Amino acid sequence: MSSQEIPEETLPAGQDTAHGAVTVADDPFADPGLPPHKPRIQDIDERAARRSERAVAFMFTLSMLATIGFIASYVIFPVDKIVYIFPFGRVSALNFALGLTLGAALFFIGAGAVHWARTLMSDVEVADERHPMAATPEVKAKVMADFAAGAAESGFGRRKLIRNTLFGALAMVPLSGIVLLRDMGPLPEKKLRSTMWTKGLQLINMNTHEPLRPEDVAVGSLTFAMPEGLSEHDEHFQTEIAKAALMIVRIQPEDIKDKRELEWSHEGIVAFSKICTHVGCPISLYEQQTHHVLCPCHQSTFDLSDGARVIFGPAGHPLPQLRIGVNDKGFLEAHGDFEEPVGPAFWERG
Amino acid sequence: MKKLSARRRHPLAAVVVLLLALAATGGLYAAFAPAGTAKADETAQSLAIEEGKKLYSVGCASCHGTGGQGTTDGPSLVGVGSAAVDFQVGTGRMPAQQPGAQIPRKKVIYSQAEIDQLAAYVASLGAGPIAPTEGQYSPDGADIAKGGELFRTNCAQCHNFTGEGGALTYGKYAPSLEGVDPKHLYEAMQTGPQNMPSFPDTTMPEKEKKDIIAYVQAVNSDKADSPGGLKLGGLGPVSEGLFAWIFGLGALIAVAIWVAAHTAKAKKS
Amino acid sequence: MSTVTNTQKKAPAGERVADWADGRLGIYTLAKANMRKIFPDHWSFMLGEVCLYSFLIIILTGVYLTMFFHPSMNEVEYAGPYVPLQGQLMSEAFNSTMHISFEVRGGLLIRQIHHWAALIFLAGMFVHMMRVFFTGAFRKPREINWLFGFLLFFLGMFTGFTGYSLPDDLLSGTGVRFMQGAILSVPVLGTYLSMFLFGGEFPGGDFVARFYSAHVLLLPGIMLGLVVAHLILVFVHKHTHFAGPGRTNENVVGMPLLPVYMAKAGGFFFLVFGVIAVIAAIASINPIWAIGPYRPDQVSTGAQPDWYMGFAEGLIRVMPGWEINLWGHTLVLGVMIPLAIFPAVLAAIAVYPFIESWITGDKREHHIAQRPRNAPTRTAFGVAWITAYMIMLVGGGNDLWATHFHLSLNSITWFVRIFFFVGPVIAFIATKRICLGLQRRDKDKVLHGRESGIIKRLPHGEFVEVHEPLSQGELHRLTAHEQYAAAELPPAVDENGVERKIGRMEKLRVKLNKGYYGDDSQIAKPTVEEYKEIQSGHGHH
Repeated sequence: MSSQEIPEETLPAGQDTAHGAVTVADDPFADPGLPPHKPRIQDIDERAARRSERAVAFMFTLSMLATIGFIASYVIFPVDKIVYIFPFGRVSALNFALGLTLGAALFFIGAGAVHWARTLMSDVEVADERHPMAATPEVKAKVMADFAAGAAESGFGRRKLIRNTLFGALAMVPLSGIVLLRDMGPLPEKKLRSTMWTKGLQLINMNTHEPLRPEDVAVGSLTFAMPEGLSEHDEHFQTEIAKAALMIVRIQPEDIKDKRELEWSHEGIVAFSKICTHVGCPISLYEQQTHHVLCPCHQSTFDLSDGARVIFGPAGHPLPQLRIGVNDKGFLEAHGDFEEPVGPAFWERG
Repeated sequence: MKKLSARRRHPLAAVVVLLLALAATGGLYAAFAPAGTAKADETAQSLAIEEGKKLYSVGCASCHGTGGQGTTDGPSLVGVGSAAVDFQVGTGRMPAQQPGAQIPRKKVIYSQAEIDQLAAYVASLGAGPIAPTEGQYSPDGADIAKGGELFRTNCAQCHNFTGEGGALTYGKYAPSLEGVDPKHLYEAMQTGPQNMPSFPDTTMPEKEKKDIIAYVQAVNSDKADSPGGLKLGGLGPVSEGLFAWIFGLGALIAVAIWVAAHTAKAKKS
Repeated sequence: MSTVTNTQKKAPAGERVADWADGRLGIYTLAKANMRKIFPDHWSFMLGEVCLYSFLIIILTGVYLTMFFHPSMNEVEYAGPYVPLQGQLMSEAFNSTMHISFEVRGGLLIRQIHHWAALIFLAGMFVHMMRVFFTGAFRKPREINWLFGFLLFFLGMFTGFTGYSLPDDLLSGTGVRFMQGAILSVPVLGTYLSMFLFGGEFPGGDFVARFYSAHVLLLPGIMLGLVVAHLILVFVHKHTHFAGPGRTNENVVGMPLLPVYMAKAGGFFFLVFGVIAVIAAIASINPIWAIGPYRPDQVSTGAQPDWYMGFAEGLIRVMPGWEINLWGHTLVLGVMIPLAIFPAVLAAIAVYPFIESWITGDKREHHIAQRPRNAPTRTAFGVAWITAYMIMLVGGGNDLWATHFHLSLNSITWFVRIFFFVGPVIAFIATKRICLGLQRRDKDKVLHGRESGIIKRLPHGEFVEVHEPLSQGELHRLTAHEQYAAAELPPAVDENGVERKIGRMEKLRVKLNKGYYGDDSQIAKPTVEEYKEIQSGHGHH
C-alpha cells in the first residue's frame, strides 16, 4: 500500500497558511490573528506588582521555615513515637511531621515560582515559526551522494565475502551470551511432578506441629497440614511447602459424591493440595456448609465433596487429593505422593 | 457405621439423638460439676434453662422448631452448644430478619443475661461447645507474633491480612473483625458459624486461639497503629490505586490548571 | 590564535564560565535555538510533566532506599521493634524493608513517597497518553514519540511490578507466584523459563536479587534513555497547540522557556514533589508489617496487584478455566489467553497512529491539537478502549466490589465477562453520537450565535431568545478544524475500459475510511454562504 494510490481529493484543502492578522472581508471565519495583549493589574499598578512580589517572597520564606521544621522534626521526634491525629488515626509522629514539612518546603518553592511567573514575568504571547521535519531535496541529495560514496569506498556491496562473513560473525557472537544464561537455573526434569509426600509420612498439624489423629478432625472444621520431617527452619522449607501444603477437612462419608475421593479418605477425612491448580495461590476459603473452597486470588471454586471438581473460575482441573490412612500409632499418614502434579498446569503435565 | 447412617433420617432419629445427647450432657455435667456447690448451681442452672426455654419459644421456635429440632427455615440446634448461641445471639445475627446468602451482624436485641439463659436452654438440648470464660479468651499475655502467623495460616485467606473481611462465593462473605468482642472471636473459631469452618481445640488449642485474638486486637482495633497514615480500609492495592488516582493525580491536575491558566487581566473586555 | 584574546575589560564571572563551557560544549548555539523556545499554555499539556517529575522523584527516593535494602532471600528471625512480627521468620529483603520503615528516621516517608510516586507516575502516563490520543497529537511527525511514550508506560508497569515484589511480603509474593504460574502456562518453554527465572523451583532463593537488578538498573536504565529521547523529540517537534486566533499549523503560540516556562515548569517539579510528599505523610501505602512475610502456603483475601496491573488481573480472573490435554501435553488456555490478550489490547492503542494514517492516507504534518468531538470515530474508539480497560479493572477487584456493594462475586464475574465485549460497543456508539451532537451544537453556535439568555418579545407577541453573534476569533476557532471527504473506490474499469485491479486491503481501507468520514460520521462544517445567508436577516433559528 503506497501513499501514491490515495487520491488527494479526500484530504482537506491545504491547511490555512495565513497567519497574522489577515482579515479577509469575504470570509467571516478567517483567522483574525493573535489578539492584542491585554495588561494584567500588575503590569499597570506598581502597588499590585509589589503585592505580588511580597507574596512570592512570603512563599519562599514559608519554604525555608518548613525546611527548618523538617530538620527540627527529625531531631525532636523519636522514630517509634505514635500520636493520634484526626482523621488519620494513630500515626507515626515522625513520618507525619517530616512528610508535611518536606511537602510544604517543596510546594512553596513551586508555588512561589509559578506565582512569580504568572504575575510578574511578561505574559505576552509569542509565536514561533515551525519548520517541516523533512529535509529539503538538496540536503537529501547531498546525503544520498555522501552515503553512496562512503558505501562504494568501503566496498561493502562489492566484496561479498567480507560482507557475508561479517554478518555471520555478528549473528553468532550473541550465542555466547545466551549460552551463559544456561546456569540461571536447573532443567525442569520431573521436579514439578513430585512433592515431599511419600508413603508413611505422618500429617503434621501446621498450628501445633503435632501429628494429626483422625478424632482431632471434626466435621465442619478446617486444618492445614505439612509432611512429617519438614521444619520452618529448613533451608528448603519455602520450596517444599509450596508443593506439599495440605488442606484437611472432614465430610460426612455419605455426602461425598466422588467414589475415588471417598476411597482415598479416612472415614470422610479428606486431604487436598492447598495449592490452586490455576496459578498456584494457596486456596483455602472453605465454606463448611457447601463444601466449596474458593481461591482468594482469582476466585476458582472447587467442590470438596465431589473430588474437588472446578465449579467456577479460571482453574482448569481439580485439586489433587492425597491418599491418606491411619498408621498403627493412630495418626493420619500419607499412602504415597500425589498421583498428579500439584499446582498450576504446564506443558509437560499431560 | 453404614447401618447407623442409613437410619440417620428415620423420624425417630432426632428423638434418639436428643435422648442420647441429654444423657451425655447430664453424665458429663455430673462428672465435672464441682462437688460442693453442685446443689446451688443445679437449681440456678435449671432456672436458667426454664427462663431460656420461655425466651426460646417466643424468639427462636418459629424457625428452629419448638424443641430445637430444626425446620425448613432453620437448622437443628441440638448439639450446637452454648458457645454457638452466645455467638449468634450475642452478635445480633440471631434472631435473623430475612433469608439471604448470609445472616449479617446486627444490633443485639437480648441482654447478656437473656443470652445466657437461651444458651443454657440450647445447651440442655445436646452437648456442644461451651461458651468460654474470660480466662479462655482474654488476650492478656498471649504471643501476638505467633498469633499473626496463625492468623495468616488459618484466617487471612477469608478475613484479609488484618481482618478487614473479604468475599466468598454467591454473595457470601467473611465479615470484618473490627470491633468484634474477643469472646465472640473465640466462639466463632470454636463453633464455625454459618459457612465458616470450625477450628476446634483438638487442632487449634485454646492458647493459639488466644494468640490469634491478641493479634486481631493488636492490628485491627481503635488501639491499632497505622504509622504510615490513613489505613485506606486496610484493603491493599485497590484502595491505594483509587486514592492515587483521585487525590494524587486529582490534586496534581488541579495544580496544573492553576499553573497553566492565564492570569486575570486588568480590565474585562 | 589564543593570543588574540586581549580583552580590555574582564567579563563578569558568569559570562566567563559560560564562555569556558561554550568553548567545549557549544552551549551558545544550543541556547540560541532553545532558550526562548515557546511553550503553549494548557493544563493538559502539563500531564507529561507530572510523569517526568514523578519519574525523577522515584529515582531520587529509589537511590535512597537502595542504601538500606538488602536484596537477599536468606531467612532471618525478626528482632526489630514491631511487636506483632517479633520472632517471625522472614527473608532479609523483608527484614530490611521493616528496618527502613521502623528504624531509619524518614525511611518510611521515603518508602511511601517512592511507592505513591510510582502509582501516580503510571496514572499520569495513562492520562497523558489519553490526552495525546484524543487530541490527535500522535499524528505525523509524532508517531515515533507516541511509541516511545507507549514503551515507557509498558516498561513502567514492569518496573512497578518488580519493585512491588522486592519486599518479599505475603501480598507481593502471591503476585510473583501468579507470575510463575502464568509463565508455566507457556507452551513447550514454560517450565524451562520458570526454572531459569527462579533458579529452580518456586520460590527458591534467587528471585529477589534478580528482580532487584531489573528494578534498579535494567528497566529504569532503558526508561531513562526513552525519557531523554521523548523530551528531545518534544523539543524538536515543538509542542502542539489548540486552534485559535493566530494559532496555526505553522506556528506555536505561548510563553518562552526563559523565563516563564523555566519558572512554571521548574516550579511545577516542586509542586508535584510537594503534593506527593504530603500524600506520603498522610496516607499509608503497602504496609508490609500488616501484610507479613511471604510463605507460599499462606494467603490473604483481596490479593491484588497495584492498579496498573489490575487490567491483567481482571483478565485472568474472569477467564473460564479452559485446559486442553492432547498427546500427553497440556495447553493451559485459561491462563495463556489472558496472557495474550493483555499485550494485544495494549498494542491496539500503540499501533493506532499508523492505522489511522493508513486509513486517512494523510501524510502531512499536524501540529494543531484536535478537539475530540471533531474526530468522532477516533474518539469513540478511544472511549471504547478505555471502557474495556475499566471493565477489566472492575474484574480485577471483583471481590472488593462484592463486599462493598453487597453483590455476588460470581455475578460480577459474569457481568465483566459479558461487558468486556458489549461495553466497548455501547461506548463506541454512544460516544460517536455525543461527538456528532457536539459538532452540531458548534455549527449552530457559529451560524446563530451564542444563546444570550435574554428573552425578547416581538411586536406580534412571539417570544424569542436573543442570540449574540460570535467574535471573529471564536468563529475561526469553531471552524478551523479540517474535514476529510470520504474515500471512494476508483471506478471498476479505467478510462480505457480495462478492468482495474483493486487490492483487498484497499477495499478495506476505503470501507474504514467511510466509517471515519462518511455522511453519518461527521457533520459538515458551516460554510461562509450558510453563515452569510443567516446573518443577512432572514431565518432567526
